[in-house]
Amino acid sequence: MPDDIAPTRHQRLGSNAGDPHSRLDGIAKITGAARYAADNAPAGLLWAVIAGAPVARGRVARLDTAAALAHPGVTHVITPENRPALHKDPDLRAALFDWKLDLLQDDRIRYAGAPMALVLAETAEAAAEGARLLAPEIEADPARIGFGDGLAFAAETVGIGAPPATAVGDVEAGFAAAAQVTEVEIETPPQYHNAMEPHAIVAQWQGERLVIDTPNQAIVMSRPSFAAYFGIPPENVHIRSPYLGGGFGSKAILNPAQILACLAARETGRPVKLVLSRAQMYGPTGHRGATRQSLRLGVDAAGRLTALSHHAVSATSSFDDFLEPAANAALNTYACPAISVSHSGSRWDIGTPGPMRAPGEATGSAALECAMDEAAHAAGLDPLDFRLRNYAETDPATGRAYSSKALRECYALGAERFGWKTRPMQPGQMRDARGRLLGWGMGTSLFPAPMFQAEARATLRADGSAVVETAASDMGQGAWTALAQIAAEGLGLDLAQVEFRSGDSELPDAGVAGGSGHTATAGSALYSAGRDVIAQLTALATADPASPLHGAGNRAVVAADGWLRIEGEDHRRESYAAILARAGRDALTGRGKGARDPAHAEARAMFSHGAVFAEVAVDPALLQIRVTRLTGAFAAGRIINPKLAESQLLGGMIWGLGFALQEEALHDRRSGRLLNADLAGYHVPVNADLAEIEALTVHEEDRFVNPLGVKGVGELGITGTAGAIANAVWHATGRRVRRFPIHPEDLA
Amino acid sequence: MKSFDYLRPETLEEALAALSDPDTAVLGGGTNLLDLMKLGVALPDRLVDLTRLPGLDRIETLPDGSWRIGAMVRNADLARDPGFAAAFPMVAEALLSGASAQLRNAATLGGNLMQATRCAWFQDPQARCNRRAPGSGCDALEGANRGHAVLGWTPACIAVHPSDFCVPLAALDAQVEVAGPAGIRHVPLETFHLLPGEEAHRVTALEPGEIVLALRLPAAAAAFAGHARYLKLRERTSFAFALLSAAAALRVEDGRIAEARLALGGVAARPWRCHAAEVLLESAPAAPDSFARAAAAALETAAPSGANGYKIVLAERILARALAAAAAGTPAEMPALPGSLMDDSDRETAHA
Ligand SMILES: Cc1cc2nc3c(=O)[nH]c(=O)nc-3n(C[C@H](O)[C@H](O)[C@H](O)COP(=O)(O)OP(=O)(O)OC[C@H]3O[C@@H](n4cnc5c(N)ncnc54)[C@H](O)[C@@H]3O)c2cc1C
Ligand code: SF4
Repeated sequence: MPDDIAPTRHQRLGSNAGDPHSRLDGIAKITGAARYAADNAPAGLLWAVIAGAPVARGRVARLDTAAALAHPGVTHVITPENRPALHKDPDLRAALFDWKLDLLQDDRIRYAGAPMALVLAETAEAAAEGARLLAPEIEADPARIGFGDGLAFAAETVGIGAPPATAVGDVEAGFAAAAQVTEVEIETPPQYHNAMEPHAIVAQWQGERLVIDTPNQAIVMSRPSFAAYFGIPPENVHIRSPYLGGGFGSKAILNPAQILACLAARETGRPVKLVLSRAQMYGPTGHRGATRQSLRLGVDAAGRLTALSHHAVSATSSFDDFLEPAANAALNTYACPAISVSHSGSRWDIGTPGPMRAPGEATGSAALECAMDEAAHAAGLDPLDFRLRNYAETDPATGRAYSSKALRECYALGAERFGWKTRPMQPGQMRDARGRLLGWGMGTSLFPAPMFQAEARATLRADGSAVVETAASDMGQGAWTALAQIAAEGLGLDLAQVEFRSGDSELPDAGVAGGSGHTATAGSALYSAGRDVIAQLTALATADPASPLHGAGNRAVVAADGWLRIEGEDHRRESYAAILARAGRDALTGRGKGARDPAHAEARAMFSHGAVFAEVAVDPALLQIRVTRLTGAFAAGRIINPKLAESQLLGGMIWGLGFALQEEALHDRRSGRLLNADLAGYHVPVNADLAEIEALTVHEEDRFVNPLGVKGVGELGITGTAGAIANAVWHATGRRVRRFPIHPEDLA
Repeated sequence: MKSFDYLRPETLEEALAALSDPDTAVLGGGTNLLDLMKLGVALPDRLVDLTRLPGLDRIETLPDGSWRIGAMVRNADLARDPGFAAAFPMVAEALLSGASAQLRNAATLGGNLMQATRCAWFQDPQARCNRRAPGSGCDALEGANRGHAVLGWTPACIAVHPSDFCVPLAALDAQVEVAGPAGIRHVPLETFHLLPGEEAHRVTALEPGEIVLALRLPAAAAAFAGHARYLKLRERTSFAFALLSAAAALRVEDGRIAEARLALGGVAARPWRCHAAEVLLESAPAAPDSFARAAAAALETAAPSGANGYKIVLAERILARALAAAAAGTPAEMPALPGSLMDDSDRETAHA
């Protein structure tokens, strides 16, 4: 996208962007009119249920397929013995976003819940009972789960194709020069996405075309991944994903249920619906892998970091390689002349982890912020003062200037709002009126501000209204609303005049709704498509002697509220509809792309920042922990919709609370099965856990991230928060708990 | 899932007749039973829904001043019944500290009493579990058992009973009215749930074919209304089972304890009545020392069954805390977060 359309001075974009619109899809959602994938029921539907492995390692010796087939309503049982051929080896990763999938390729079991068979039936109930009747005979091997039992291995990459180790400066020299060295080990458990909407798919074939209803965070990008399994061109895959009930990364990657449903639909010639149960979402659909992190911080007499090393052992499956890039948190957060980060892997008999809201940043910042707190205390410094002394003016990893960084303002605003100034240095000093121990802690939030590639189309219609199109994903974050606001902005139209079409792979590619880059990327494409329409419209008008805009020369033409006018000469104006009518056009189509300017990408480090302050109250005898206050202040470029952005930031902070005190998946040691694969056993925060919580934003203008100046808010809030809460627990009790989540007995 | 028959009898006789068939289960609100059926833990051939039985939804006082509450009274209705809540405030508080509003609206009295342990291996049909599959072993002994029992357990089973409601009921000498082929009988709630011995399969005093018809609370139990509290330690502010809980009720006369009723939750396969501690409290001053001594006595026989030794320490403390709270007097209004150690309601809006 050319830079010249950028708003160059600070301005609130016009009347659309910047407004706290309630979500446009809100009514449809609360009235049930919004159609989620599992709501689709085409005629002739077959229901599919996956029979998942009851152990984490071994082989399936026998399945009673006859019993399943004998159950009324059951039509097919697909097992490794009769599974129709796939065009692609599921154990082969062809692309960056490919995960190895368990698609009934053999009788091996690699994790509990992995598909052993697919049962198809005329009803959901019959399919479920058929799956139960398979009564598998298993030859089980002991499960290797946990850092003690896992197999260590050297990492080739971490995250999505990132290098496993990076070093800046001379770390040994840095530690030698330190007046104090703080060493910290932190463990984080496996955590699961637990999107409210279970993974679901309705697949049907129309000849060689595959039509899929499924929640998907990367609608157009996923087409080749589906197509590869069936040997069809990507254009033959039509994905409809108008609404997602949460994704958090788990719906960006293909899962076995999706391919098996498509395969079953092709095999049977009937539409197939497959909906995972809550329990089935703990295994084949990704999770946040466990980490064991070791940090060393060297600090000089002036309280400045001299060296920082961060090593993470990240757990992954026995057969694939996604490693939580936790240690990379140390690369970009604090100024330090010598930084070394590294990762290694630990193979467990679990499903392969994947990206989950702030993958790496969440786990890594939890550990880093705890370590910073300890180092500050060892240096006799207030934790905020310590962070300010180590404020990174340029990116520590690359030395690049930041595209923008209002972190100092976040610290100041958050600290002021929270009342941080009066915090005693020593732990265990504060009590509330009920005699509960109070503690205050803080953490820095940091998340990259990436951009991907997106395209969009905008069509101005004869009546002056417009339709804009891009295949974006609304995961509940509000894409239907924020992106429409940006599109309206680009077109100089009121939001009500713009029809936004999205969530369908037949539309232009909006890239992935991930990495907190969707609004920036898809939004930029939509904005520029609108500007393209306006440029064409301006050309039509200024070239037409009958138009009041004729002869505008070099004077700026402004598009707003459906009118073009010459800036400073308000009477010289004409409506979009009038321009089109005179030109004899019934529509005008513009196209736009969203991508980062490579020169800026090369020259600048781009991150969103924030500061989170937490107060906890701990019952001194019974050790129950309550977060009584959470204040976050964030800088994330231009905020398109303050209401939605606040929701995202609050949601992130609340997730951080769950990370600190509640979330953990437990496995049976022998079988490797999940012990708490439901929302009664796997705790996430409830409303009553949130006493006082606020997310503030600091104004930040960024001319480099993209012409809109938009960063991202989706993942930022979780970073910083978990560490802030753990630090507050220490400040209340004097206990440094080394393993998340923090339980009452850890304080005994 | 497995197919089953669904019956909705109109009379007690029909219900009992239907229950004479083995593999028949009683359906209350279904909030526990249906989950267990979906998990493949409960596999009944027939469900007998008690909704239509006359009178089971009644809360009544009998001529002798005792209370009788029908088995189908919903948890929420009982907790919000003004007369009942005034007479037995800690029972109402325990009810409201449990589950969520939606669950309490559906859950019945009988179902709450009869609900199964939340032990993860009990809920997993493939695991070894003596309680579910006699003689198969107990996977919890080797597993993540920080929530398991510290009182009354044997190596056969270390599970705890999950109900909040039952804890104050055990303290207040409630009786379970049971109907069966042989007629009606009464079982003290305190011993209604069975402790494991050599085996763990039988979990309540109900015989095959029997149902819970009602619950009785003696008139004397209402004498504690002025000094009664239920406290619950849990890992989120609401909607979580108790790690530990305590019900304490006192009759205080001139600063001395005339009578005490105490029970612990989350420590054993039954709500744990603390008789020895009650005796120690009789005629003792209503003061911290007495509470601490009584609490220590209550845990005298406790022993960890796994990584749960912390529970013994904390159980002692929660008992002492509940006693102190009871001595201070029952709050005039139900706290915004019933049973909570973390009630901030004077600070901000709370949601139960
Ligand atoms: C997510 C979740 C959280 C929860 N949290 C808590 C909590 O914090 N505290 C707490 O105390 N409870 C909690 N519960 C448990 C809840 O209290 C029970 O599920 C409920 O009380 C069961 O009542 P019901 O009527 O639904 O029973 P059902 O599910 O209908 O039945 C449960 C059992 O009782 C039997 N039964 C029912 N009625 C009778 C009868 N009249 N006679 C004989 N047998 C009968 C059934 O056959 C079955 O075995 C929670 C439950 C869930 C799902
Ligand atoms: S503790 Fe009891 S319920 Fe749990 S596995 Fe052991 S026997 Fe079963």
